[in-house]
Amino acid sequence: MNELAVPLNHLLFLSGLLFSIGMLGVMIRRNIIFILMSIEVMLNACALAFVGAGAHWGQPDGQVMYVMILSIAAAEVAVGLGLVLQIQRRFKTLDMDQANRMRG
Amino acid sequence: MTDYIWLIPILPLISSITLMLGSAYLGRSVIATLGVGSVGLAAVLTGALAYNFLHAPEPIHVVYWTWMQVGQFDPSIAFYFDGLTLVMMSVITGVGFLIHLFSSEFMEHDNSYARYFAYLNMFVAAMLILVLADNLLLMYLGWEGVGTCSYLLVGFWYQHSANGRAARKAFIVTRIGDTAMAIGLLVLFTELGTLNIQDLVAAAQAKWQVGDVIPLLICVLLLAGAAGKSAQLPLHTWLPDAMAGPTPVSALIHAATMVTAGVYLIARTHGLFLLSPDAMTVVAVVGLLTSLVAAFTALAQHDIKRILAYSTISQIGYMFLALGVGAWTAGVFHLMTHAFFKALLFLGSGAIIHCLHHEHDIFKMGGLRSRMPVTFWSFLIGSAALAALPLTSGFFSKDLILLQAYQQANIGPLLWVGGLGGALLTAIYSFRLVFIVFFGHANTSPDREIGWRMAIPLILLCALSLIGGYFSLPVEKVFPIDDNQHPDQWVELVSISIPIFGVFLAYLLFLGRQLDPGFLIESASGRWLKQFWYSGWKIDRLYDLALVNPYYWIATIARNEPVDKFYQSIVITNQTLNAALSKMQTGRMRGYIVSMVIGLIGFLGLSLFFVAGAV
Repeated sequence: MNELAVPLNHLLFLSGLLFSIGMLGVMIRRNIIFILMSIEVMLNACALAFVGAGAHWGQPDGQVMYVMILSIAAAEVAVGLGLVLQIQRRFKTLDMDQANRMRG
Repeated sequence: MTDYIWLIPILPLISSITLMLGSAYLGRSVIATLGVGSVGLAAVLTGALAYNFLHAPEPIHVVYWTWMQVGQFDPSIAFYFDGLTLVMMSVITGVGFLIHLFSSEFMEHDNSYARYFAYLNMFVAAMLILVLADNLLLMYLGWEGVGTCSYLLVGFWYQHSANGRAARKAFIVTRIGDTAMAIGLLVLFTELGTLNIQDLVAAAQAKWQVGDVIPLLICVLLLAGAAGKSAQLPLHTWLPDAMAGPTPVSALIHAATMVTAGVYLIARTHGLFLLSPDAMTVVAVVGLLTSLVAAFTALAQHDIKRILAYSTISQIGYMFLALGVGAWTAGVFHLMTHAFFKALLFLGSGAIIHCLHHEHDIFKMGGLRSRMPVTFWSFLIGSAALAALPLTSGFFSKDLILLQAYQQANIGPLLWVGGLGGALLTAIYSFRLVFIVFFGHANTSPDREIGWRMAIPLILLCALSLIGGYFSLPVEKVFPIDDNQHPDQWVELVSISIPIFGVFLAYLLFLGRQLDPGFLIESASGRWLKQFWYSGWKIDRLYDLALVNPYYWIATIARNEPVDKFYQSIVITNQTLNAALSKMQTGRMRGYIVSMVIGLIGFLGLSLFFVAGAV
């Protein structure tokens, strides 16, 4: 169709930046809620890259993938929040460094 | 008439088993009655058998049943009884009975009275099977049986580890000879297809010529077995240590009966040895060397039982010398007289040890002549017979051996001179013993008198030691008849006078002290020689260095499981890796994530690097 208003490189750069921020969050945050949120950020960064690529080549597949990622993210959050509740009940904390019983 | 022959070995065996099973329930008098009585009954039966045999001197062969049958191999449980067997059985049951009687008092205060008689009876049963066996396999059963009993009795006072060591040594050293003998039996069976002694000798004489190689091989293997059992060079080192057992055991097993089993074996298979003159020369030389080496060693010992032990080795050396020159009758004759006087000497020393608070050192005795008269006279008579003074039993047998050795075809006069040297030494060391122990001033006083059960065996053995030389052995049909000429008069005169001269020398050295060899003994070489003889020519030390220590060394290495080391290293590697890797399982989720990310980045970087033109 038409040329994209924003160049693909910019989109990919933004996507990469978001992914890195999310990954950094996963790595350095101790609170499990924040870790889950950071994972969401990473997923959305991927989704953004798909949408951008789909728009660049004028293919609908990118948006199909976006919908799929969205549903997977929803399922993941459902399971993840369930686990968070269990962790809160067992350990009375959300700090993942405290919940380290499975060490070698 | 001879239906009861099987009773003779069975009686001591039954008594032995009863004593073993019932040791906790039987009183001391019952134990003594069983132990002594069973052998006494066997002696009576042997006497009856002898009476019959002397009237109708035909060999008796009784087959009871077939032991086992594998193809051609069918040894039977069967007894063969002839003049030679009769001599051996009389010694075993007769002297054995006296020693049992002596033991019943000697061991009276021992806690293991029943165990003692159980072993001793089992020994008598095994020894009777050994001499009665009609085939070499059954004989081997008895042969190993007496070895086992010897082991058990040498280590009888097992609370001291030294006794256990002596017992093990006796067992292992004789086992070396027994292995050679077992190989000899295998060769015999492969070559001749039978182990029955009479058939075997006949088959061997039909198959081989005099001087063939295979008979030589067989004879040397049998000789090795005999040398192990009879404590001949180079397997004699176990006998002096075997003195760790109770003294009556030394008298019965290590003087009168078991150690003469080797002589019996060679005498019994003399038909094989006649096929191999070389083997006979070896027998004679081994016997002579042993008798000389042991006599020198006996001269330097302090322990009364060790003197007698070396003297036993030396006297059995004479028997081997006799067998080696073909003087079969003389060898067996000396076996019998030696059984009398050496049992007497051992029992006498047992009486001394019993009454002197277990003192063994002859230099701590002295002056016992008036205080232990029975023992003194026993010792005097025993030593006279051992030294072969005229008219004692030892004189007749030893004289016969020396005269026949002189007539041996090749090296006869040499053997005779060696034998005379041994006789001189025998006279010196035996009367050294008498003079030091019974004369001079007293160093210890006896704390008890011997009772009748110890005195009667001593008196009877004294009588046997004196008159034993007049017995004529019923062995004319067993051995080929000697057609030797009587040697020159001077040979006989020298043979007779040498022991008397030896006793005179011993008197001058140890009692009258007219001769003082002090300067000889005190010189450097004299002291070295004394130490050398005292240690038994350092043969024990040689064996320790050459055989025992390397064996211990290998055993020490093997104890640490060298093969297992390899498998152990695999285990250790795995365990170390496991410990290191499991440290990474910290349980911290963020750590896992970080390592995942780093790994991912590394992996991506690598794949970008290697996929050409990707970057």
